[in-house]
Amino acid sequence: MTRVALRHRLAERGVDRQLWLLVPGLACVLALFVYPFAYGIGLSFQPAEGGVLGAYRTFFADAYQRDTIATTLGLSLPAAILNVAASVPIAYRMRGRFRGKRLLTTILVVPITLGTVLTAEGLLNYLGPAGWFNRTLMALHVIDEPVRLTNNYWGVFFSLVITGFPFAFLLILSYLSGIDPTLERAAATLGAGRRQRFQRITLPLLAPGLATTFCLTFVLAFSVFPSAVLVGDPAGTTRVISIAAYHAAYEVYDYPLGSAIAVVMGVVELLVVAVVLGLRSLLYTGSTGGKG
Amino acid sequence: MTLVSEKPTSAPARRRLVASPGSWLIWGAVAFFLVNLAGLIAAVVVNSFGSRWFDTWLPSGWTTEWYATAWTEFGLLNVMVVTLEVALLVVGISVLVGVPASYVLARRSFPGRRLVYLLFLLPILMPPITYGIPLATVLYKYGFAGHLTGVVLANLVPSIPFVILTMTPFIEQIDPAIERAARMCGAKTWQIFLRILAPLLVPGILAASILVLVRTVGMFELTFLAAGPDSQTLVVALYYSMSAAGIRAQQSVDAMAVLYTSSMLVLLVTALRFVNPTQLVARVKEDPD
Repeated sequence: MTRVALRHRLAERGVDRQLWLLVPGLACVLALFVYPFAYGIGLSFQPAEGGVLGAYRTFFADAYQRDTIATTLGLSLPAAILNVAASVPIAYRMRGRFRGKRLLTTILVVPITLGTVLTAEGLLNYLGPAGWFNRTLMALHVIDEPVRLTNNYWGVFFSLVITGFPFAFLLILSYLSGIDPTLERAAATLGAGRRQRFQRITLPLLAPGLATTFCLTFVLAFSVFPSAVLVGDPAGTTRVISIAAYHAAYEVYDYPLGSAIAVVMGVVELLVVAVVLGLRSLLYTGSTGGKG
Repeated sequence: MTLVSEKPTSAPARRRLVASPGSWLIWGAVAFFLVNLAGLIAAVVVNSFGSRWFDTWLPSGWTTEWYATAWTEFGLLNVMVVTLEVALLVVGISVLVGVPASYVLARRSFPGRRLVYLLFLLPILMPPITYGIPLATVLYKYGFAGHLTGVVLANLVPSIPFVILTMTPFIEQIDPAIERAARMCGAKTWQIFLRILAPLLVPGILAASILVLVRTVGMFELTFLAAGPDSQTLVVALYYSMSAAGIRAQQSVDAMAVLYTSSMLVLLVTALRFVNPTQLVARVKEDPD
């Protein structure tokens, strides 16, 4: 077989010199993502003591470390579910055109840019015992003494909602806008009420978008780190798994344990994502009328 | 069901919002969220201008000295310069690397395309801490971490996939016939890129760059793990000054936070001039009539 012929045969299957354009991007991802990840997995199997699985055994044997998984899920799952569940009705109401829509979406994007650190600082000021929130409630005589909302579970939860909700909302709004509105009108022509139209037309078409949004919001909430330290209770109720990983790798300098915790974190996160995407595949999968 | 949809009439122009119990509830929730959000931001801003603020509604006096304190104490000029350098380098590299790759992924089908796509998607799907810790370990091993290089390299990991995902719809919009015509006229691939695609892609490239810029300036975890004392960006410096609370006056931390937010807001407003956030996932048909 001559060289030219081989090149032709490859070109027929879509392999030609243009694919070289992919190489820089692939090289970066391989060198900066795949290799470190593989290196980390390798490192997690080489602890100083305890054999191949020693680092994992250390993590799972210690209740203080093991419970970080439950703590993280206990924070990120409710936050992600709330963010998605609250976004659906609001986005459903806002999918058409109306005056001020662009302004409202702009305002809703603001918290994304605040970042977790500023949100934490704001929460400490605003929800703190002498902050405006508690003052207002006390002035209205709803409560008699300040509610403790920072430096515990709720501080972190609020920070997750503030940063996560706008993100979930924008994604769901764009998925909803991608659904062909004529489908719903056709259903209305055939006599379907509002409730039926939402349940039998919009919701099934939105399901893939909901699953994707949930996954992305969950990833955001699952990797909570700065707010868990700053507005949370990093030694107790909000000791999330990323704190455990950071502590092991950069404060104790036990890189194998740090990598092992990072691997456990990735596995747990991917499991949740897999469950959600698995549930989604039971429902309708196909075009929603828009391009997405 | 608290959901309300519009009547299936074809409204002539933009519809007005029609009030009904369900929508009152929804708008009430939105308003509650926005009021608290405004309170949160205002609390930081007011605190940064207040001289003393303990158990009252507003501070007892107003001052701008906290900004001066923050500027000198935290070496903010240096931090700002580092932030800008990191952000611009990350944007430049990720656009140069990401745009060609997204062109191939948008236009071509080849064996292993799905695998390549998954590979580009994974860094966005994983929490930054998960790959940040092994990545920082590797960067330390080769002596990159602790400098600007390490910070830039770490931030490239989510940025390149992000450019690829943002650019794909923009590339799909360009008619392939234009490229074929250029090729018929004898243009080489690099000529097609520079003279045909690049000018047509300017809006997309701008959108992707600004989004990457916003993400990089706001990226905490990766910078935090890879940065040394001289290569901290604004967010990381802010985190350190906050977690060392007690040593610094909280007001000067707040002054720094305000500076950070205002620079992010400028970036965001600029970004929104180029991209409609609701069109990132799907092209919207807003006018069905």
